[in-house]
Amino acid sequence: MASAFEYAPAPESRSVVDIAPSYGLFIDGEFTEAADGKVFKTVSPSTEEVLSEVAQAGAADVDRAVKAARKAFEKWSALPGSERAKYLFRIARIIQERSRELAVLETLDNGKPIKETRDADLPLVAAHFFYYAGWADKLDHAGYGANPRPLGVAGQVIPWNFPLLMLAWKIAPALATGNTVVLKPAETTPLSALFFADICRQAGLPKGVVNILTGYGDAGEALVTHPDVNKVAFTGSTAVGKAIARSVAGTEKKVTLELGGKGANIVFDDAPIDQAVEGIVTGIFFNQGQVCCAGSRLLVQESVQDEVLDALKRRLSTLRLGDPLDKNTDIGAINSAEQLARITALVETGEAEGAERWSAPCELPSSGYWFAPTLFTNVTQAHTVARDEIFGPVLSVLSFRTPDEAVAKANNSQYGLSAGIWTEKGSRILAVANKLRAGVVWANTFNKFDPTSPFGGYKESGYGREGGRHGLEAYLDV
Amino acid sequence: MSEQNRLGVFKTYKLYVGGKFPRSESGRVYEVTDSKGAWLANAPQSSRKDARDAVVAARKAFGGWSGATAYNRGQVLYRVAEMLEGRKEQFVREVAAAEGLSKSKAAAVVDAAVDRWVWYAGWTDKIGQISGGANPVAGPFFNLSTPEPTGVVAVLAPQKSSFLGLVSVIAPVIATGNTAVVIASADAPLPALSLGEVLATSDVPGGVVNILSGATAELAAPLAAHQDVNAIDLTGAGAELAKELEIAAADNLKRVLRPLPAEADGSDASTDWLAAPGTHRLTAFLETKTVWHPTGALGAAGSSY
Repeated sequence: MASAFEYAPAPESRSVVDIAPSYGLFIDGEFTEAADGKVFKTVSPSTEEVLSEVAQAGAADVDRAVKAARKAFEKWSALPGSERAKYLFRIARIIQERSRELAVLETLDNGKPIKETRDADLPLVAAHFFYYAGWADKLDHAGYGANPRPLGVAGQVIPWNFPLLMLAWKIAPALATGNTVVLKPAETTPLSALFFADICRQAGLPKGVVNILTGYGDAGEALVTHPDVNKVAFTGSTAVGKAIARSVAGTEKKVTLELGGKGANIVFDDAPIDQAVEGIVTGIFFNQGQVCCAGSRLLVQESVQDEVLDALKRRLSTLRLGDPLDKNTDIGAINSAEQLARITALVETGEAEGAERWSAPCELPSSGYWFAPTLFTNVTQAHTVARDEIFGPVLSVLSFRTPDEAVAKANNSQYGLSAGIWTEKGSRILAVANKLRAGVVWANTFNKFDPTSPFGGYKESGYGREGGRHGLEAYLDV
Repeated sequence: MSEQNRLGVFKTYKLYVGGKFPRSESGRVYEVTDSKGAWLANAPQSSRKDARDAVVAARKAFGGWSGATAYNRGQVLYRVAEMLEGRKEQFVREVAAAEGLSKSKAAAVVDAAVDRWVWYAGWTDKIGQISGGANPVAGPFFNLSTPEPTGVVAVLAPQKSSFLGLVSVIAPVIATGNTAVVIASADAPLPALSLGEVLATSDVPGGVVNILSGATAELAAPLAAHQDVNAIDLTGAGAELAKELEIAAADNLKRVLRPLPAEADGSDASTDWLAAPGTHRLTAFLETKTVWHPTGALGAAGSSY
């Protein structure tokens, strides 16, 4: 569809961020090479340009980082909570000061639109540090008994979809409760964690309290299985989550897992359709659908299905896909060639199984990794696209007739992370929310996050909660 | 007829599954002896099939039990305490035989078990208040976090504390709305099987608690691997078995409550079941659900309030 209005590109300047040609691992307050000297490249998914070369951690580096964290733990955990709080407040403030730089960096390394890094990721990152800063000297009041103790060294492995936000979710509560940290960011998005190391330096955080190991899955595995790690926190795929759950069996390690999802977004016939359509778009196309709590299964009441689908397709045709640094861009690049291949394969499976594919008409840039917003109709619950997490901008549409049927279909999943409900009827919201087996339920909104609010899954979406008062428990010996 | 001439009536102990008292489908029994080795009874030796049947019963009961009001669940749990109080004599006898305790020590243990039911009965309508929350979101939203039961919980009851320990692991699981498949102490299952009779007459809906007797490892393995079990309490497993079961439980990411180190070496007698239990057994089998709703805005007209 030719656009009625041309628009002038409004690119954010990338001069606000200074990316070095190479980075080391951040261990015991110093940047250092990997023990075996290995490095890997990180590229911009929108252009395939090499951004930097970073050290690739191996088991020896993991061991070194855990030792540094163990050594730092003694003093850090003995600090009065009020002092730890001040460090976290400092970090929060520096993040705010440097948020434009970090937003551009994140967009370059991850491929997501600057609109999202600037308006969603970075404000939330700062907010998480502010929120948990305030808990550091109030742990006696958290409901876990008097004087709850930290666990020790936390080994944390985070994904590439919200690199800095996931770092904040992991590091802020860990430090507030007096633990020290070894964190491994994803191999495709290592840069913002390394910039965070510099923020720790600026904040004067004691050496060894935060250690960052860039690397691949083998480094993550070495970290979570390290015998001197007391707490494992992982966000990522359900398959890896299960492997971690097996690896900690028989140990005393405390574990939290934030895994996959196949969120149901339920639209009743009395829903405000325009708002629901915006919510559906946010639910599945935010961050190119690379969101574990994405509303990737649309359940729409049969009587309004055609109306909703027409409006949805019209809306999707107006989304602007392209340069993530452009402030007008709605849909950025897929994070990696590997992820693009996975999405493509699942969409092909959907077509082969007989679901009907519709993709928004848009031109894809010639370099980089791109996938047009796509939806499937004629989907049944048995279809792969209705069951498997695609982790891309692909929506599967199913219909229902009664609220009971909606609930049954929504719950018919191995996952239980998120769900949405769209209806004007308050009692229906409460009744349906009550019956949904999901850790987060958004009613007449979707994909909202806040540091005060616990987040986490039922069933195979993992266990434990991050955020809020509940998020403290994972880092305390209770 | 004088007392010593009267021939006693033995009891046929049966499983408690789905509110009924079946024998093991395998037709097997095993000999249960007192602490000195004297024969007490033949207990059913449950099979894997019995374990799977119990899961089906527990799943079927979950909707109704988790959907009942907390007040109602509290009443039902309290009713269990009432019924136990009336049958204390029997449990004192069974616990004394099972654990080799004097009559007075066994009586103290049974009293404590009754009191524990009462304690947990009072928790049903409070746990949501202390472990939930209204979250001050930075934006025009209202959101609430509420705890919900995780589902079907497999419970490996303590091996040594045949009754107080048993009650201490069952009550918190069902107080919060979960349903349970319980593997009784392998050597001392009789108090557990008798508890089934109390539960059956205490308004506890059939299937909410299911009690199996037999070899713990044999029954626990299919439960830990069962795709329709949501959580497992490994209290009654030794360290090695606990590790094996935790690995199996990872297959569908069951919530796992590990045995305390004192329990893991098989010496759960050293666990002080008389001590105040705290809330961790309640919260171990809860999920937190956070529900968001926009609040809109009153605008200028509302600002003067």
